[in-house]
Amino acid sequence: MPFGLLKYGLSNNYPFEKDADLPPPTALKKRYDVVIIGGGGHGVATAYYLAKYHGITNVAILEKGYLGGGNTARNTAVIRSNYLTSDGVKFYAESVKLFRDLSNEFDFNIMYSKRGQLTLAHTDAAIRGFRQRTEVNKHFGGKTELIDPQQIRELVPTLNMNPGHQPVLGGLWHIDGATARHDAVAWGYAKGATQRGVELHQLTEVTDVIVENGKVKGVKAKQGSAEHTIECGIAVQAVAGHSSLLAEKAGFRLPIVTYPLQAMVTQPVKPFLDPLVSSPAFHCYVQQTGRGELVFGGGSDPYPLYNSRSTLELKEQLLAHAVELFPFVANLKLMRQWTGLTDMTSDYSPIMGLSPVENYYLDAGWGTWGFKSTPICGKTMAELVATGKVPELIKPFGADRFSEFRQVNEMGATAASH
Amino acid sequence: MKIMPCPLNGPRNISEFVYGGEVTSLPDVETAPDKEWAEHTFYAYNGTGVAKEWWYHVASGYWFIAERHRVTDQILRTYDPSEDRTLFPAAATTDAAAATQPSAEAVKEEITE
Repeated sequence: MPFGLLKYGLSNNYPFEKDADLPPPTALKKRYDVVIIGGGGHGVATAYYLAKYHGITNVAILEKGYLGGGNTARNTAVIRSNYLTSDGVKFYAESVKLFRDLSNEFDFNIMYSKRGQLTLAHTDAAIRGFRQRTEVNKHFGGKTELIDPQQIRELVPTLNMNPGHQPVLGGLWHIDGATARHDAVAWGYAKGATQRGVELHQLTEVTDVIVENGKVKGVKAKQGSAEHTIECGIAVQAVAGHSSLLAEKAGFRLPIVTYPLQAMVTQPVKPFLDPLVSSPAFHCYVQQTGRGELVFGGGSDPYPLYNSRSTLELKEQLLAHAVELFPFVANLKLMRQWTGLTDMTSDYSPIMGLSPVENYYLDAGWGTWGFKSTPICGKTMAELVATGKVPELIKPFGADRFSEFRQVNEMGATAASH
Repeated sequence: MKIMPCPLNGPRNISEFVYGGEVTSLPDVETAPDKEWAEHTFYAYNGTGVAKEWWYHVASGYWFIAERHRVTDQILRTYDPSEDRTLFPAAATTDAAAATQPSAEAVKEEITE
């Protein structure tokens, strides 16, 4: 070992470990069967399931930054399926199930941790809404209960039960609620995909989509100053935060408006908060990570923007609410804050499946609900690519639902903003 | 603190304002087909340039138009809706006094989001 180290120390070449999780970068080929635009969780998951279940390995993932460096790294890593519509619950419940086994499947620890998620009701109307969500969830195999203040006190003894003159009347207790390390999910999928022969090209930005006679033929990509034209049979776009802009390059529009979403994390403290706690009335959710930090998140910004800038107003509003719920955190210091871009649809459901361009498939409109759907999204998109047929599970989420007025009104989409 | 230059109240903290969606014109109520309504309702501008937007000052109940860059967040121009010739072709011509007071219904009709 010391000699090996010395040898590498004197060498000009950076050694590549034999058992590295990802293979060293290769040159881009002229043609791939499938090009996946976007190397975030969804993109690499799609490649992984394509290789694993469908034997399609002539696949390139083109990522303009680095693996999982976009919105995959900017969400607050909440896994849950306590949604409102039957279409939504079925879809997300499947995802929650897949998350459980991912660490084993990858042989890579995604730090999956089942904590349960508690949504607070401060009004009778919220209780009624929760009752409905409980029943829909149970019907589709999820574990969700409506619980009373005493049960909440037992679950979260540190919670202020009378915050801001809006007493906690009850809660939606989602036993399946969990968290995982979001980067590791992308890394695990990338590891599995590249082991099966998929190519991951980082720092490779798609600058144009080549469409001929309404059919996708390839993409133009830029690596540094080098321009490449890559042919492909099928292209998948999975670029949360920039969906509208890429779609425009492919020649069509999407019913999406992009808003920033800000989140933040405190210095680490002793573990005191097991469940993920959210309050729609307070536009705020709080969870404690495995490292002891408190993560605070809320709704998207109040107006659209393509910018990851930070605003004091939003932080003050959000933290004022968080301090109402847990008054003793007021003295904690914030350690980091960041912003992601959320592609919001008007019905709070994703846009998946076919696009106006033949063989160009959409994985877009992931607003504030993208991370939790990573596994099922990869699985269904892979099935779509392999078979050319839209899987039942994602049929309701087609882009055409807007022109046909059959939206999937997902009011349970964001723990914070409804 | 981000400042919104309100045409009525002068520069104010942006937290006093509510974003009201893109400025668009309503399809013909009598003749527009469903597809056009869907387009109007769901497909808003989402590019990286300057957008023309409705904004509302909550305290004074005042709607106006702002031209804002969707990447830099720079507010380039704000003005009273009556100055917009595409919305109020007649008002913008002669009667300046009347133009500063657009009828409430006329403004309301254009607010779609």
